[in-house]
Amino acid sequence: MASKRNGASSEKVRRVIVVGGGLAGLTTVIKLCEAGVPVDLFSLVPVKRSHSVCAQGGINASVNTKGEGDSPAVHLEETVYGGDFLANQPPVKGMADAAPGIVNMLDRMGVPFNRTPEGLLDFRRFGGTLFHRTAFAGATTGQQLLYALDEQVRRFETIDVEDSKGTTIKGEKMVRKFEHYDFLSVVRDDTGVARGIIAQDIKTMEIDSFSGEAVCLATGGSGIIFGRSTNSVINTGTAASAVYQQGACYANGEFIQVHPTAIPGADKLRLISESARGEGGRVWVPKSPTEARKGRDVPEKDRDYFLEEKYPGYGNLVPRDIAARELFLKCFHEKRGVYDPKTKKNENEVYLDLTHMPEEMLRKKLAGILEIYEKFVGEDPYTNPMRVFPAVHYSMGGLWVDFERAHNGSLVVGSPRNQATSIEGLYACGECDFQYHGANRLGANSLLSCIYAGMVTGPAIATYVKNFRKGNSNDTSKSVFEAARKREEERYQNILQMDGDENPYVLHQELGETMLRDVTIERHNKTLDGVIEKIDDLELRARKCGVTDAATHSNQGAPFIRHLFNMIVLARVIAQGARNRDESRGAHFKPEFPNRDDKNFLRSTLAFHEEGDGTANNAIKYVRELDYSVSGQAMHATDAVDISLVRPRARKYETAGAASDEAAKKSDDHVSAEAGA
Amino acid sequence: MARTVKLKIKRQDGPQRQETRRWEEFEVPWQPRMNVISALMEIRKNPVTTAGAKVAPVVWESVCLEEVCGSCTMLVNGKVRQSCTALVDSIAPNGETITLEPMTKFPLVRDLVVDRSRMFEDLKKIHAWIQLDGTHELGPGPRQSPENQEEAYPLSRCMTCGCCLEACPQINDSSNFVGAAALNQVRLFNLHPSGKMHAAERLETVMGEDGVAGCGKAQNCVEVCPKEIPLVDSIAVVGRETTKQMLFGWLLK
Repeated sequence: MASKRNGASSEKVRRVIVVGGGLAGLTTVIKLCEAGVPVDLFSLVPVKRSHSVCAQGGINASVNTKGEGDSPAVHLEETVYGGDFLANQPPVKGMADAAPGIVNMLDRMGVPFNRTPEGLLDFRRFGGTLFHRTAFAGATTGQQLLYALDEQVRRFETIDVEDSKGTTIKGEKMVRKFEHYDFLSVVRDDTGVARGIIAQDIKTMEIDSFSGEAVCLATGGSGIIFGRSTNSVINTGTAASAVYQQGACYANGEFIQVHPTAIPGADKLRLISESARGEGGRVWVPKSPTEARKGRDVPEKDRDYFLEEKYPGYGNLVPRDIAARELFLKCFHEKRGVYDPKTKKNENEVYLDLTHMPEEMLRKKLAGILEIYEKFVGEDPYTNPMRVFPAVHYSMGGLWVDFERAHNGSLVVGSPRNQATSIEGLYACGECDFQYHGANRLGANSLLSCIYAGMVTGPAIATYVKNFRKGNSNDTSKSVFEAARKREEERYQNILQMDGDENPYVLHQELGETMLRDVTIERHNKTLDGVIEKIDDLELRARKCGVTDAATHSNQGAPFIRHLFNMIVLARVIAQGARNRDESRGAHFKPEFPNRDDKNFLRSTLAFHEEGDGTANNAIKYVRELDYSVSGQAMHATDAVDISLVRPRARKYETAGAASDEAAKKSDDHVSAEAGA
Repeated sequence: MARTVKLKIKRQDGPQRQETRRWEEFEVPWQPRMNVISALMEIRKNPVTTAGAKVAPVVWESVCLEEVCGSCTMLVNGKVRQSCTALVDSIAPNGETITLEPMTKFPLVRDLVVDRSRMFEDLKKIHAWIQLDGTHELGPGPRQSPENQEEAYPLSRCMTCGCCLEACPQINDSSNFVGAAALNQVRLFNLHPSGKMHAAERLETVMGEDGVAGCGKAQNCVEVCPKEIPLVDSIAVVGRETTKQMLFGWLLK
């Protein structure tokens, strides 16, 4: 019985808690198990159904098997450049250096990556680079990676825990899964250290406390705040929001990636991977704004390949923020989206065209996404150019996490500071952290950052736990867990009693519409003021919700009200962060301030929650520096970005190779030095 | 009234609550490119039946909404499938009533939600994994021909959605047949250069009536698989391998 788990003393084995079973969470679990640390893994859904399944195009690793001169140094530079220099560079270097090893590991796990005729891994192109750097398994790479990690974690579910002498502890497995659990909050002891979690079984609706020597959140992004996005319906950001409300710092919330190519839909905006363009897909609109012919009947001379035209260097593979803005410009401002002769309207759609590519190649490399297009649009993408429009896709921002820089500019592996949040004992990794992508993420870097962050978090927590055991012989008293559990229980009971007139799903729709319209591709200060007012209003109205379901079993209505509260809190972080940042950088674009302003804004946005009560709204406290502690040591961090490896320069994708200039120069120097010697 | 979508949904409040089993009908506004999930989402915003009764919103499972996670399997107009790809305009082009029911071969949780945990347990039984030495750097994996990858990849797209078990006549209260999904995984891992090293171990787990011999060759599984996985071939391959293992396995010991 889970409820007997209150407090650690009744447990035979001390465990670490990982919340979230996507790529980041599963990698953390595997790393902890390999370090001999048993894990309790919590997930809202069976982990095999986590949102990582939706990743399509691939995972980056500079292996240079195509002989193009690619290297981890180029990968680092292009990632930092693509992110408009907002990412701390040591973690990015660590990630780029580790990437080839990660892809090899996944290959060994049995991921069915596409192959070259020689039997090696095949690589394709993606946005923001000229190199073939992306390993892929058809166009369902995320799914395949998730399955491989899921399988390894399942193996650990069958492996016994051993004590320090190597004796098997009866009945205890390395991993215990708690699937269909909703994370409510972290349990903090009297000194503020995270010692466990409160979670709700979403079948029995029981709320329980669970102890853990450390807690790791790997709970993904928050796209559902925008109503419809490319995200799965579970990506409400509820867990990250909950710990933010408990005092964890949230960083760079305003950086939300809009993916240029998705299929509009009533329930979801389905992604059409960048790999479509990586394999040669071309984006265009008809030259005539009233072109009545079908896409496939429009001859070459009447097409405007606007990305290739404007960015000859990178063409259709400019980074997502740029591509999304150009598509928006064409459709929204120039009204040149695909014309519908029936409605006599220019739809918010452009063509993404693969029809010039051989069908056999497409079936081998892109079948997964073309199948989605066929099933949901009912049109054959092998012979018809697809119709697509941008959609909210990824959160670069997330929980603030620390890192420890090594002498070589990378990370100190095993440092308990890596991926540590500002709450001691609480770690975060994956999309819910803010660390790797700066102001804009490059395609195929998300699968990599999730797995790399997991590979860093596991050892970090293992070290933390070792230190922790030295300093803490006593377990946290049961009363701490019981008080935390009771608080959540009361909150839930209060929700069940709510009998106001507002429908939470309708409020969510209003929130989504506002955020999608006003806080995505273009942001205007006046509009953002309106958004914040709207959030104020929604926050108060959410308190007047009527619960739609009072059932004591598998109740989805009551927990949704909790998620709605948490979404509204994060929406404020996103909108207010955007309001404050008077510059344009990566995905954050303000026409009023069209340039990047390094002098004032080359810094992370650090947000802390300030609780409103009764009739007052929540607020945000922004700081320039913060103090926290890890393993009992006081740490100090600032909002300065570590730019020690690649010096900031203006982003220009008009010229080929601009994103990898510095690495190219270095390798030239190297070659000429060698030649000189 | 503008165009609407009519739904008839089989409901039950909990696992042991057969007395609450009932059909309820709903009518929601039509939207372009609507699927069954978006109709269910509309119900949540105003959970009132066609008869005017205010009820609890229908409970269902979904995650990705693009048919890669396997969550939202149910019976749509009597046929097992993912409800996210069930487009209203194609299944009810003339405004016909759409019926939704939970799968019948798994324990019911509530309304359209069932408990598929047995499928994940089966993956443990059959050792559906590569016996990895560790995640540290051990160099590249074994080389594989493109043909091998092209055979493995489609098998690897199984979402554990449950369609094949639901459609299988051999899956019933009086049998413990493991079903097509798990057998397909045996084939997948036995195909991999490192997975092969433990092929015999995996085959042992699916010998006998509960394993591959339990297949009645109705071939329903392959008909309903949303990912068009060649399940019948997989069962045949695993069948042949287990036979070989039974006949000659002792020679290798």
